[in-house]
Amino acid sequence: MADITVDARGLQCPMPVLKISQAMNKATAGQTVELVASDRGALSDIPAWAADMGHTIKEQFESDGEYHFVVEKRSG
Amino acid sequence: MTTEVQSEEGVEGSASQPERMVIIAASGDLDKAWPVLILATTGAAYGLDVTVFFTFWGLTILKRPDAGISGEDWRQKMLSIFAKGSSDHLKLSTLNFAGMGPWMMKGLASDKNVASVQELLELAKDMGVTLMPCQMTMDLMGLSLDDMIDGLSEPAGAGSAIGLMKEASINLFI
Repeated sequence: MADITVDARGLQCPMPVLKISQAMNKATAGQTVELVASDRGALSDIPAWAADMGHTIKEQFESDGEYHFVVEKRSG
Repeated sequence: MTTEVQSEEGVEGSASQPERMVIIAASGDLDKAWPVLILATTGAAYGLDVTVFFTFWGLTILKRPDAGISGEDWRQKMLSIFAKGSSDHLKLSTLNFAGMGPWMMKGLASDKNVASVQELLELAKDMGVTLMPCQMTMDLMGLSLDDMIDGLSEPAGAGSAIGLMKEASINLFI
């Protein structure tokens, strides 16, 4: 279970990235944020954003047409 | 906000300033205002220090919905009537059809849950994006800060814009 969960279902680009970014700003290093999105663009946008920001995608899966990303905040 | 987070944690490779992004918003069209604000907020989500410099018709995005007739010169007054502005009255660059186009586009966006220009403006402010109006075009059009929405930076000129753009890794003119 992630430390913080963000529901971006129903929201379109760029909201999934903005939502996880805002949640990540509140998280501390090493904490995980889980994002649930229905925007198919998130499949490429979230990994690109996480890689650039130095965060780690711990888990990623699709369930019932929804995309889940569990991202760990970079340690510093 | 972004700056604080970055400086607390340090940026990879350098512990100094975050990278900068500058967008020159020169159009008051809905189909230009939208990408300006989508890219500005996403830039902030990437930890960039984002400034949007609003000039010429781009200023209309920042006008208050209830801004009345502005300016002292009769030509400025006419401009403020014909280019009413505010993020709620933007036109489409094509297929405007006297407002029918934007009305349909905004209806579609609402149905599809695409964030509106107004929502993105608020998010941009929350995320620390600097919204900088151009002093010269404000003077030209007879606009004062009272005609504009809250949360803007002090108006500035081309010198400030170029100063920021020189240091930026992403510069866009939209």
